[in-house]
Amino acid sequence: MTGLDVRGLRRSYGDVPVLQGLDLTVPAGALTAVVGPSGCGKTTLLRLVAGFDRPGAGTVTIDGRAVTGPGVLVAPERRRIGYVTQDGTLFPHLTVARNITFGLPRRERRARHRVAELLELVGLDPAHADRRPDELSGGQQQRVALARALAPRPALVLLDEPFSSLDTELRASTRRAVVDALAAAGTTTVLVTHDQAEALSLAGRVAVMRDGIVVQEGPPAELYRRPGDRGVAAFLGEIVELPARLVEPGSRNGATVLVRPEQLTLTAGGDAGMIAEVLDVAFYGPYAEVRARTTEGTVVRARCPGHLVPEPGARVGISVTGAVL
Amino acid sequence: MTRAVAGAGIRRPPLRHPLRLAAALAVAALTLLPLGYVVAGVVAAGPEGVVALVWRPRVGELLRNTVTLVLLGTTACVVLGTGAAWLVERTSLPGRALWTGLMAAPLAVPAFVNSVGWYALFPGFDGLDAAVAVTTLSYFPLVYLPVAAVLRGIDPAFEELGRSLGLGPWRVVARVVLPQLRPALLGGALLVGLHLLAEFGALQSLRFDTFTTAIYDQFQSTFDGAGATMLAGVLVLLCLLLLAGEAGLAGRARISRVGSGVARRAAPHRLGAATLPAVIALSALAVAALGVPLVSLASWLVTSTSTAFPLAELAGTAATSLGLGALGALATCLLALPVAWLAVRCRGRLAILVERATYIGNSLPGIVVALALITVGIRVVPALYQSTAMLVAAYAVLFMPRAMVSLRAALAQIPPELDDVGRSLGVGPAGVLARVSVPLIARGIGAGGALVFLAVVTELTSTLLLAPIGTETLATRFWSESSELHYGAAAPSALLMIVLSAPAAWLLTRRAAR
Repeated sequence: MTGLDVRGLRRSYGDVPVLQGLDLTVPAGALTAVVGPSGCGKTTLLRLVAGFDRPGAGTVTIDGRAVTGPGVLVAPERRRIGYVTQDGTLFPHLTVARNITFGLPRRERRARHRVAELLELVGLDPAHADRRPDELSGGQQQRVALARALAPRPALVLLDEPFSSLDTELRASTRRAVVDALAAAGTTTVLVTHDQAEALSLAGRVAVMRDGIVVQEGPPAELYRRPGDRGVAAFLGEIVELPARLVEPGSRNGATVLVRPEQLTLTAGGDAGMIAEVLDVAFYGPYAEVRARTTEGTVVRARCPGHLVPEPGARVGISVTGAVL
Repeated sequence: MTRAVAGAGIRRPPLRHPLRLAAALAVAALTLLPLGYVVAGVVAAGPEGVVALVWRPRVGELLRNTVTLVLLGTTACVVLGTGAAWLVERTSLPGRALWTGLMAAPLAVPAFVNSVGWYALFPGFDGLDAAVAVTTLSYFPLVYLPVAAVLRGIDPAFEELGRSLGLGPWRVVARVVLPQLRPALLGGALLVGLHLLAEFGALQSLRFDTFTTAIYDQFQSTFDGAGATMLAGVLVLLCLLLLAGEAGLAGRARISRVGSGVARRAAPHRLGAATLPAVIALSALAVAALGVPLVSLASWLVTSTSTAFPLAELAGTAATSLGLGALGALATCLLALPVAWLAVRCRGRLAILVERATYIGNSLPGIVVALALITVGIRVVPALYQSTAMLVAAYAVLFMPRAMVSLRAALAQIPPELDDVGRSLGVGPAGVLARVSVPLIARGIGAGGALVFLAVVTELTSTLLLAPIGTETLATRFWSESSELHYGAAAPSALLMIVLSAPAAWLLTRRAAR
């Protein structure tokens, strides 16, 4: 079952094209992350899906209902979406409880049990119900914003970089609470972020955006291990270039392969596939990053456990584990 | 700041709200009416007519008087206001809170009450010296307030940095402090200059003729449209010169405002032996600006033979003032709303033009606004002449910026995402307006309305010219009684006006303090 289907979406501002025929399919009931560098059109995509803006071309279908398309433009309030912005955007004149019930019909706004339920769902003490938004921390505001978005039981929740304005410590706990709440509610969710680690760790599926289109989409582990091109590989994590000789018959001799730094293992002896001299070491505690020059002259970066750090100048062996990208 | 980063690539689509746009344009047209009236008058008179009407010794004398007054008065206000602000904010002067209040309080005494107070205590106190002295005492807070706010907010780190780079204390003042004060100083000086160009009551009672008083006399004596219009043309030219001069001098300094959140207060300069002279100087200023008019009023009440408290009459007059104030505030806020919305939500060339237009209307003297409305009214809608509606329209043109400032600030605090979030929650545009936008700007409307209300209560010039026959406000009652030297009869109105203006002065102090 498809939760959200976007076909051929285009939008430009003046002469600057932002979306260039974007396609995206989001399965129902799961969290899909749309990840890409700043300015690739992620937020524009969300605003078009939400109906805040009108596309130049293309269709948007939510839960099988066309909401944007030729001759169709459903108003945002009729799309059954939940929308969480970067800094929560709570209504400053309303208490937490009245923020959460904002989207409910008048009769249901009084029901305190619904507020308590939703606060519990996002991992907040129901005692927060009568606080004002400015009395909450950034992470709490984001949780309330999510509770508010979930209250009218939307068909689709859109999260626009909801964790980027939080500091590191709050970010981890807020992410967990938000993802758990969304999983419990079973809502189709699109998370937009520029943080690839966030996308890989939180989402069931990840779509990588570049220059206004989705270039690759799939489960996070598959994307990380089998990126479609060098750009996707470099965006999702660090890469190391290694010179290689292809052993299959009939192939050219010289080639370059890409691996992740954590695939390189340093050994003390010289019996590995490559010998290298350590140039410098950046020590982080649990692990260290080592820069080394191979006998063939290539400089590679590798990771090694914190208790096995070589000295600069030492000769080490390097072996590769796992498949190349 | 994170919002700026993430939103850098997004430009909001231009919102299409033809109704609100049309409303904003109509308001801009109303505020530009006075300027249009002057231009039309000049065109109608033709080059020869203009020369005949303007190239007269009388006009030369008025020009000399007006320019001298503006130059001397503005300089005096800048010196007094900056000096007082520095003493109160940056030195070890005792009683800071008291002085802060006393230095803003003269705003609560209308200049024409101040002048009558001085003249009554010191008969023969008139002419240029008197005019400069009294207007300076009335208007120096317009410089004091913004300069004090900046002095309070300047990060002392800049000064310390200057010292560490080898500058002595005076060179730090010249090269670090003064450049930061420049926008506040220029803004304050511009306000003083515009007030001086528009001042009518104080100058009339001190027998010092400027364009404003001459236009009034000419209009009252001869009802001479063309002559008054030409004088108004020269006056408007002077206003525009002041505006352009300030804009040119301020330049880009205006863009970089001192931030509000400053971690640390600067260490005060120790006055030491200079404390006593400083206290005496500030006390003298307070006595001259507040003490003299208040003592005058008190002595009239006690000793004047004409003192009377015709309670019913006074209550009626006060009710008229309050009613006009409320109507003026309501109309001004309603008219300012579409312009403020346009300025905040649809930043663009048209929005900036419309907003500027409303400020130009306010920079013109009340007498020009009144003349324009009378002339246009008589020609276009005679039924409106000497009607309350026309008087209220004049108030709206004159005081719109007071409402605009509050409304803009309130609207700017509503991020557009709030609308989006409201819509995403299934609430339509009207519901979002009622449940989000209006509750959020209610306080801004209240504050702006209060400022307009209090300005209307002490307005004299336009009210004298435009008020329907038989309508008497506290200001016009004070004016007519004191013109006939019935000081005792005038005193209760003045007292009521001061009591009503005090909250406005307080509001302005608070706003400047932020």
